[in-house]
Amino acid sequence: MPKASLKNTLSPTNLLNKQHLYWLLASLALILAIHTPNLPIWVTASCGLFGAWRYFAVNQPLLMPNRWLLMLLSLLVGLAVLLSFKGQFGRDASLSLLVLMTVLKLLETRFIRDYIFTVVLAYFLIGNLFLFNQSMLTFALSIPPLILLTATLIHVSLKSPQNWQFLLKLAGKLLLQSVPVMLILFVLFPRIPGPLWGIPQDAYSGMSGLGDNLKFGNISNLTLNSSVAFRVQFKGKLPPNNQLYWRGPVLWHQNGNEWLMPSKRIGLRNEILATTGTAFDYTITLEPHNRNWLLLLDMPTLAPAGGNFTHDYSAVSNQPVRKRIRYSASSHTNYQLGTALGEREQVLSLQLTEGENPRTFELVKSWQSLSAEQKINKALQMFREQPFIYTLRPPILRENPIDEFLFDTKRGFCEHYATSFVYLMRAAGLPARIVTGYQGGELNPNGNYLIVRQSDAHAWAEVSLQGQGWVRVDPTAAVSPERIEQGISEALRDSDELPLLARGDYPLLRKAFLNFDSINNSWNQWVLGYDDKKQLEFLNQLTGKKLGLSDLVFWMTGAIVLVMLATSYFLFRQVKAKLNPAQQVYQQYLRKLKRVNLQPNTGEGALDFASRAAQSLPSYQQQILQIASSYNALQYSEQSNDGVQSDILKQLESLVAQLNIKKP
Amino acid sequence: MASVSLFKPRYFTADYWKKWFRVASSHDNIATLNPRQIYILPTRWGILYAVMLILLLVGSINYAISLGYYVTFLLASLGNMAMLHTWRNLVHLQITTLPASTVFAGEVLQMQLQIADTKNRARYAIAAQFEDNTVVREDIAAYGSQTFLVPLQTQQRGWQTLPRIKLYTEFPLMLFHAWAYVQNPQQVLVYPKPSAGSTSPPLSNIGQTGGKNHVARGDEDFDGHKTYQIGDAPSRVDWKASSKGVGMLSKQYSGDGSAILLLDWAQTSDLAFEARISQLTRWVIDAHAAQQHFGLRLPRLTLPPNNTETHYHEALKALALLD
Repeated sequence: MPKASLKNTLSPTNLLNKQHLYWLLASLALILAIHTPNLPIWVTASCGLFGAWRYFAVNQPLLMPNRWLLMLLSLLVGLAVLLSFKGQFGRDASLSLLVLMTVLKLLETRFIRDYIFTVVLAYFLIGNLFLFNQSMLTFALSIPPLILLTATLIHVSLKSPQNWQFLLKLAGKLLLQSVPVMLILFVLFPRIPGPLWGIPQDAYSGMSGLGDNLKFGNISNLTLNSSVAFRVQFKGKLPPNNQLYWRGPVLWHQNGNEWLMPSKRIGLRNEILATTGTAFDYTITLEPHNRNWLLLLDMPTLAPAGGNFTHDYSAVSNQPVRKRIRYSASSHTNYQLGTALGEREQVLSLQLTEGENPRTFELVKSWQSLSAEQKINKALQMFREQPFIYTLRPPILRENPIDEFLFDTKRGFCEHYATSFVYLMRAAGLPARIVTGYQGGELNPNGNYLIVRQSDAHAWAEVSLQGQGWVRVDPTAAVSPERIEQGISEALRDSDELPLLARGDYPLLRKAFLNFDSINNSWNQWVLGYDDKKQLEFLNQLTGKKLGLSDLVFWMTGAIVLVMLATSYFLFRQVKAKLNPAQQVYQQYLRKLKRVNLQPNTGEGALDFASRAAQSLPSYQQQILQIASSYNALQYSEQSNDGVQSDILKQLESLVAQLNIKKP
Repeated sequence: MASVSLFKPRYFTADYWKKWFRVASSHDNIATLNPRQIYILPTRWGILYAVMLILLLVGSINYAISLGYYVTFLLASLGNMAMLHTWRNLVHLQITTLPASTVFAGEVLQMQLQIADTKNRARYAIAAQFEDNTVVREDIAAYGSQTFLVPLQTQQRGWQTLPRIKLYTEFPLMLFHAWAYVQNPQQVLVYPKPSAGSTSPPLSNIGQTGGKNHVARGDEDFDGHKTYQIGDAPSRVDWKASSKGVGMLSKQYSGDGSAILLLDWAQTSDLAFEARISQLTRWVIDAHAAQQHFGLRLPRLTLPPNNTETHYHEALKALALLD
């Protein structure tokens, strides 16, 4: 680091002026505004307050806090963050602390060194934006603060103040010139699969998806979320809508209100799957949901790479899904699963907590003599014929929830129907379990793929029948066939309970959304999903060769050198000054004289040169002197009359054209 | 001595390395910065920026954030562009050194540089300084030229070789420091530092031609004001008039034109060598201010009495070069 620069930045001449501070405040305000959704309200509010404080202190230097007050404020702010996040120092808390400290830094910013330090911190804050959200909107929103911040930095490097257009234009130009190298780095910089260290717990708090248990209200809450769960691209034709059951966790264990997955320690046997008919091949792009489930169409025949099947044929990945992943799979809709139940499976699939729901047990007593199929039909018939209503806002159930639901409220969502159905079956002595997952999906005609949203979350039942194995029974279909045939928007047609995008009305909005989603899908695939695997896959496809890490580095370096050379050429070449018409004609005249070795010396004016030229070319004396005088008249006279000007120019043009110097 | 150089080898000192830098030298007082003479290094802000980029990159890898890579790479590329722009802001500048005016030792010499752009692009915040002296910063218009008044603190009397001038810039992002050195073979004459006291010169027995009362300083009659010039005796400064905000004024007296003063080296024999020169310089200045005729007798040179400007400078030059 050069010594001189250090000394100069510390000298009092490097005190900031008002303009500097206004620029810095504006940049930080913009960054704060974009970060607002990621910060608790009190953090945004106090940052606003500190910013306003600094703003008023620009004109009233006495308002600047002294060192002790600042230290106290920093301590208080740190404590407040600690309390606000209950001691959990993860992603959210670090951001809040960083933002607060950056704004507090403003309150001691007097010199250029503090100013640049704050700008560098602010750049870092822009980068942090993507920890929370990587949508196209966030990407677009990151551009204005980058330009403003760069302009702010340019501002401080200048000697004399320039207007805001100059600063913003230069900042934009610098950033634009940086784009080519950025693109090369983005595509070719070797992507390292993370994480490098433990990731704070709250890093994935925003992700939603199916849980590992089922309680009343779980799925209907999820249904209110219109975000995409996954997208499916089928290789051939699509299965009919009523076959689109996307299998997730299977729940065996009933405990009051709650249904759970069986403990691994029980050691249930792997069920055997037999399939017939044609296979459906497809690729799923699963949004991160911070759990292990890999959703697959009932019934998958092969576990996707990086995952495996549980004994009850739901697919799980080895790692929680914390970034968007893509996997290919194949499924059959005609299948037989687990034809014979073992002893443990038998016990677990009939398990019920004792002493609950007496009215339900009372009801199934009369079913004792019926066959398994008849018991199922009896239950479905009950749902179909009695006034059961499919709704997202069922009444709250307390003790003996199945009793209350079946005999009193009769209003519920898929989870109510699935759990009460499985309860009925088990009470009637039929092995049954709940399967959670998603049902249906919306075809995007633009991209020819299926969008499955969180609002398509669903729960259904599987009953084990002698000789047939686990058979899927969807009691919701008995209550609301539209839910299964046409999706949730049809089932809850005239209700505004559903999120806007899961609803059937507003066709134009829907169409616009589908267009947007297909762009978003490509964004997800190509920009956000561009990881180590995708990078090699893409580059191998592009070059037709198998590339290694060293190739990547080689091509990256080569491309950067080339782009830098090109950029340097455009930056360093001398841009010719634009000549006005008179100058252009004068240049012709100079070229003519140059042929006879007459050139103006540096600093020699037109008239001086002309008289010198006239002396050595006496035969052209008249012409040369006339040219020089009319050129001077055009260049330097205050003549504002355009008519006179153009007359002189015409005269100059003809004079120069007529000047034909013959070499002696 | 050996042990000293062991603990502090000469290449640890900044000066040792300085001679390895290429320097743009002036011909006919004009120097042009060619690409080979430009040096560039990150500033401490550049280093801070790089650390920030590394943190962003590590974060992006750890959290697998694709757009984190985008910001990291865009900002890295921006830093790189800033480097090109900083370098480009300095290269191909043409520096013309104008003849320097003379000063007395210990005063600040204002070196006049005419720095011009030759590449049709405006240059911003170009800084010039003699090392360890104050920095001047100016903008230069495209194809334009700008005068820089670069101060240099003088120490010694006599012919001084100008130290090299450092030109540098950190425009546009302050992340890089590009610099170049310009050497000018021009030498500057620095007059001796006048002594502070205003002891009047002892009247010499030779050279008193006038018959009147020979008050050497010739301050009989107040004749008006002139603007203060370096070297004017403090006693001459009209503090009262100066306080009116018109700048420093010195009192001008019309001396007795016929009074001739002979300033002799021998008259200062009770002083040390440099002090003698300073004392004589003071007398010369005072005599000149009073428009008095004076002669100067030095060990190997004698200037006959006169009161012209040329004579005054000749006298000061003789004193400056006395050894």
